Amino acid sequence: MNNNDIVLRVEDIHKSFGDNEVLRGVSFDVRRGETKVFIGPSGTGKSTLLRCINQLTPPDRGRVWLDGEEVTNSGARINYFRQKIGMVFQNFFLFDHLTAVKNVELALLKVRGMGKAEAREKALTELRQVGMEDWADHYPAELSGGQAQRVSIARALAMDPDVILFDEPTSALDPELTREVLEVMKKLARNGMTMLVVTHEMGFACSVANEVLFMENGVVAEQGSPDLLLHDPRFTRMKDFIGRIDSRMDD
Amino acid sequence: MDQAVFFFEILLPALMQGLVVTLQLIACSAPFGLALGVAVAVGRQYGNPVVSWLCKTYVFLIKGTPLLLLLFILYFGLPSIGITFTAFVASVVGFILCNGAYNAEYIRGALISIKEGQMVAAQALGMTRWQAIRNVILPQALRRAIPGLSNEFIYLIKYSSLAYMITVIELSGAGKLVATKYFTYTESFAAVGIVYLVLVSITTIAVTILEKRVAVPGTVRATPSAQL
Repeated sequence: MNNNDIVLRVEDIHKSFGDNEVLRGVSFDVRRGETKVFIGPSGTGKSTLLRCINQLTPPDRGRVWLDGEEVTNSGARINYFRQKIGMVFQNFFLFDHLTAVKNVELALLKVRGMGKAEAREKALTELRQVGMEDWADHYPAELSGGQAQRVSIARALAMDPDVILFDEPTSALDPELTREVLEVMKKLARNGMTMLVVTHEMGFACSVANEVLFMENGVVAEQGSPDLLLHDPRFTRMKDFIGRIDSRMDD
Repeated sequence: MDQAVFFFEILLPALMQGLVVTLQLIACSAPFGLALGVAVAVGRQYGNPVVSWLCKTYVFLIKGTPLLLLLFILYFGLPSIGITFTAFVASVVGFILCNGAYNAEYIRGALISIKEGQMVAAQALGMTRWQAIRNVILPQALRRAIPGLSNEFIYLIKYSSLAYMITVIELSGAGKLVATKYFTYTESFAAVGIVYLVLVSITTIAVTILEKRVAVPGTVRATPSAQL
């Protein structure tokens, strides 16, 4: 593998909250254009891992590199890296007092220092990408969960990130709304966006992920292509986990 | 003396002169009181420990002592250490300090009520904490603080009468002067009271209009039946 292809490198991330060691040494490389999906039981540090990457939660130990530059210990420059590392949250976290288009353009204006007209145009372009252009002037409270999540994806896209972190982007949505969000994410993946996705959507993982990382107890327990983890007899733990989810859903 | 002559030629002109002073006191105090309130609330909530402690102590001192005492210190006390204010300026300074402290508490409550995710999302986009506070947190918090702030503004209208205690002839003072000179306590003070009522009514209506104008569409106002 060509080293230059690696856009994000995560090295030996450790994180504890009090006595609870949530991450116990997680490492992986992400190539440009790749989609990695993180799967695993609740409380195994998947979301914490994403937050350690953009330093919303500073890790106790370990390093993160973006395009060869260290993100950890970067001081005030972290705000530069955060522009390059987009994030989409389970509960959207749209800015409640701003319309959809203003949600997307706020950081363009304030962080990137873009002019008003240019920012508006870019914001509308991003909203079009996620099929929300017609809703540009609506406020978050007027949007469905799926629409709100698509706006939040547009907001992340607007910063032209090198990679986008998705933290359970469909967990707060019912199945129909989940589908519209996953469609947008699939399109992004096809268009070559680099994505790290924490999700329980196996269908999405199988159709889009280049690699699935199954996390358990703060470490990556199994790692490989979706096909490999699901069908190769050497891998059992993710299959067990998925079996547990499925049987629970059948109840 | 004819009642009408007293009312229209003595009481009313005196009260109008006093009203002008009252309005001047309010106009000079309220904007700075609001700015101070925002600064102190943000400082207490987001500042470093020293700033936070200073803001907390300031609010504690103002909340714990009568405004009248503060005015006396500003007007009668400070000249002894070489700081001399006119009565009007001393009043305005006192009102700003008092208004700011209470406003800060209302705004702080609103800041606390803004969900953590708003700050997280802003920072994830590369905003500094300050940019997030300025562009995301405060615009939402100030909307939520409007009921409390308007309440405090109404208090300001009324406690501006304390300026009379340090010789500023504002609305209440003007009424008092007429009342004692013509021995018309009931009429004079009733008229003064009506003027305050009018001021407060105008404020209440203005706040209602303001709240409607800045309301975020789609957000459900707290009604018992609609819980989100």
